[in-house]
Amino acid sequence: MEANVMNTSSTYLFLAIFLAVAVVFPLVPIGLAKLWSHTFTPAKPGHDKQSSYECGVVPVGSTRIQFKSQYYLYGIIFLIFDVEAVFLIPVAVAFLHLPLGAVLAVAVFILLLLEGLAWAWAKGVLKWQ
Amino acid sequence: MAINSIEAQPDVQALSQQGVHVTSLESLYNWGRSNSLWPLQFGLACCAIEMIAATMARHDMARFGAEVFRPSPRQADLMIVAGTVTKKMAPMVVRLYNQMPEPKYVIAMGACAISGGPFRDGYNVLKGIDRYIPVDVFIPGCPPRPEAMLDGVIQLQEKIRGQKLTGPHRARHADKSVRGDYPVPEYAGGDLSPPYNPEIWSPPPVPESSAEDESDSET
Repeated sequence: MEANVMNTSSTYLFLAIFLAVAVVFPLVPIGLAKLWSHTFTPAKPGHDKQSSYECGVVPVGSTRIQFKSQYYLYGIIFLIFDVEAVFLIPVAVAFLHLPLGAVLAVAVFILLLLEGLAWAWAKGVLKWQ
Repeated sequence: MAINSIEAQPDVQALSQQGVHVTSLESLYNWGRSNSLWPLQFGLACCAIEMIAATMARHDMARFGAEVFRPSPRQADLMIVAGTVTKKMAPMVVRLYNQMPEPKYVIAMGACAISGGPFRDGYNVLKGIDRYIPVDVFIPGCPPRPEAMLDGVIQLQEKIRGQKLTGPHRARHADKSVRGDYPVPEYAGGDLSPPYNPEIWSPPPVPESSAEDESDSET
């Protein structure tokens, strides 16, 4: 019984040692590097060095640019009218010999894309501007 | 090996012949960084093609640890000015140099980067990048062959191995009082102002005898 208790505590002791090593192992090289840079190679910040890298050109405006997500509409329309056509050509070629399961699978695929088309239509994406 | 390094001392050399290698922290540090020069990835003209050829399989600059061309100045410590520097491009080159962290070195590759080369009389060509940033190694040629490029890298490695970390003659990157960036010239009206950085470059004195031959009065 006492041996079991010893085993449990020593198991956790190993865990504690592992944790200590895991903390010290990265901290020692970082500390040495900091010590080295402080002693021998001091940091020299400057206006150009702190500015954002734009291939040498002076950066214009803020670097926190937000990209518009409206491109997804083109992605959906492309799927419906272009990728679907590519998938439907082999179906059309083998149409008379298709088993019932394959026809159902193709029907589900077309219905999924038709749903997207109906959604885009209702949103007014298809309207020519 | 540097002349005044610890390896040059006779008793240390005698130990080294017996298989006991003694070195200093400074030599070890310089040995490490001279063999891991990371150039900034940019080419300005035809010299860049020779620079690329120097990194390819036949010449293989990786043998000297300098094959990792970085796409960002933050990770680079060697700037190879490979090609003609136009006056419009010069501010970008100086700004990229300023954005590189210390220690940093410059190789002026080819006649154009050294002096303007065959385009020296061109209206829009900078007559040498050493007018704005300090150049460590000049590689002449038009363009220099990849072997010359490798020789330039070896020369730079020897220079790095001789640099001091402490003392009055220590390297620039080890001296906090010496700034590591240089003023960026301004391109306006088809010309650069100032025409050169007077701190690091001054027009060479014109000899009396050939003063009338020199048509380039601007210098």
